[in-house]
Amino acid sequence: MSHSKAATIFNKDEKKVNWHDKALWFVRHKRDKSVHSVEGWENLRNLGQGIKAHMLSNLDNYLIQFEEKALKNGVQVHWAKDGDEHNKIVHSILKEHNAKKVVKSKSMLTEECHLNPFLEADGIEVIDTDLGERIVQLAKEPPSHIVLPAIHKTKEEVDELFQEHLGTKPCGGDPQYLTGEARKHLREKFVNADAAITGVNFAIADTGGFVVCTNEGNADMGAHLAPVHIACMGIEKIIPKQEHLGVFLRLLGRSATGQHITTYSSHFRKPREGAKMHIVIVDNGRTEQLSRPDFRASLQCIRCGACMNTCPIYRRSGGHSYDATIPGPIGSILSPGKDLKKHSSLPFASTLCGSCSDVCPVKIDIHAQLYKWRQIITKEMKQPFVKKVSMEMMGKMFAKPSQFEKVGMVARWSLRNLPKSVINSKPNVWGRERDLPKGPKESFDEWYKNRKKNE
Amino acid sequence: MKIGLFIPCYINQLYPQVGKATLELLEKLDVEVVYPLGQTCCGQPMANSGYERESLGACNNFVEKFKGFDYIVTPSGSCAYHVKKHFDIIPQTAEVIKLRKNVYELCDFILNVLKVKNVGARFPHKIGIHKSCHGLRGLRLGSCSEKVTEEYSYIGELLKEVSGAEIIELSRQDECCGFGGTFAVTEEAISVKMGKDRIQDHLDNGAEVITATDTSCLMHLEGLVTRNNQPLKILHIAEILNSVN
Repeated sequence: MSHSKAATIFNKDEKKVNWHDKALWFVRHKRDKSVHSVEGWENLRNLGQGIKAHMLSNLDNYLIQFEEKALKNGVQVHWAKDGDEHNKIVHSILKEHNAKKVVKSKSMLTEECHLNPFLEADGIEVIDTDLGERIVQLAKEPPSHIVLPAIHKTKEEVDELFQEHLGTKPCGGDPQYLTGEARKHLREKFVNADAAITGVNFAIADTGGFVVCTNEGNADMGAHLAPVHIACMGIEKIIPKQEHLGVFLRLLGRSATGQHITTYSSHFRKPREGAKMHIVIVDNGRTEQLSRPDFRASLQCIRCGACMNTCPIYRRSGGHSYDATIPGPIGSILSPGKDLKKHSSLPFASTLCGSCSDVCPVKIDIHAQLYKWRQIITKEMKQPFVKKVSMEMMGKMFAKPSQFEKVGMVARWSLRNLPKSVINSKPNVWGRERDLPKGPKESFDEWYKNRKKNE
Repeated sequence: MKIGLFIPCYINQLYPQVGKATLELLEKLDVEVVYPLGQTCCGQPMANSGYERESLGACNNFVEKFKGFDYIVTPSGSCAYHVKKHFDIIPQTAEVIKLRKNVYELCDFILNVLKVKNVGARFPHKIGIHKSCHGLRGLRLGSCSEKVTEEYSYIGELLKEVSGAEIIELSRQDECCGFGGTFAVTEEAISVKMGKDRIQDHLDNGAEVITATDTSCLMHLEGLVTRNNQPLKILHIAEILNSVN
């Protein structure tokens, strides 16, 4: 389904749209307040962008350095060229340790690779331990936001979901009760887990360590209790030095939710005694994106979600309308690189207002990349006949002043003389909810010529 | 100083009063303005829809009509931005480079080239400023709420000097109106919702008039205001700055 179709369905319930818009605008507003209190915020963004751009230009070396250090730390390192390979690697590690129960903290990469269904098919239980992710997991839905996975659900909906799956009492959507019950439910899963999977926010080349950021401490709970820790990361998660965390941890928390720092920034370096630690490094299309000069900066993304919170279209269409692992503006420049056909409507789900690029903590030129994807899509994908022909006709008309004048005259006459019922008839989508201006008798051009004549 | 006046295609045909106000205003400010006949469009409607290649004819016609001017002034931030940002698809001759450098949105030109703040206008109304995105985040005609920079607004600076004008504060000072060119029809549901939300913000904060540097945003907002019989007047900034009543 195209984005616009899904968005039209979402917009049938205007109250829900208003609620969704306000909830996310609140987060954007918190972000504004928080970044305005940082002296040199724009410098911090420049640094973030610079470090990431440098990393991408030297990615091969930093990855090798990271692997060497990690191996020295006693961590096992695996390389996966795509999602399938990633899933098989994780599966084989779990098999090796005879792990049947797995807890997993938030990882968009494992969503991207569809790890859960792969493991579940072999009878392995995978529990998402981030509260928002657990909610969407129970609802059998994908996350609708990368930082706030269940932002599309009201507390009343969560109440019903928990009654059904966790046996809670009806509570009218009382957040404290619901969180308490989720906590009890998840504690039991943590205690009994055979293995813990986490994502990686930053992997540090010069130490071989990595950092996982959560607000609930669920990554730590999993990794500290289970005998096996598997951390899954995309190749672009590398940063060159430990000291660079001082830039990124400050950018991430503020951009994501307006917090000065995420509640837990957990630093992992080596397995604790008697336990195992694995890192799976995944490409899955990233090298290809890196090879596209116009789009490589999209790999600088630190997954803060600020572009979603600020996007007036995302706020009013919901994350699911994008039908992609990463929704919103950043997803709309990443996804076409993976499957141009499936995601060809996404770069058009934007007014090119540019808010995403200005809010981005690592200064990705998101709206400029949306524009560039559009140029590619109209060439490589079959376009609706009406769109293609009207664009060709407009192009010809604007190349010839005399034609422009004639078409303008007819358009003005029609807008002036035709009844509204004809002007706003079905083919005119504009006219469904908006009037068109009344056609003036004289164009500016004609007025100017007459004025000249009478001078 | 020779100034070429660029009147965007939709203003030429549908909102000639905006073109007239722009020309009269510039003449009042005592500059030599020429409106080159045979101009059409900057090519943006095709380019933003992914058909940059179909806009080559429009770009070439634009260059043909506007080469040789010291400045090109237009009552549209969006069109000025398009020439600056996207005229890289034609050969970069000295003429094209100069033209891209010297194309100005009207308020920017008055304030920063002519160095005039008070244009001698009178307009005793409560005004809500819609900060059109391409002007704001493309041409940087003002500070935007996302970035941590000093606050400024060219359109605001000019309006402040207009006798009787009262600028109202909005809850969301620079959210997009949802026009977005062909977006307005291809993503109709969201486009309309965004426009309605913007209008409500202006109404809630007591605006009598919504103004902007771009008639395209205003056409979208006006279409909704008219359809829904809302008590708001929609005027381009040139019409206010040219007003003496």
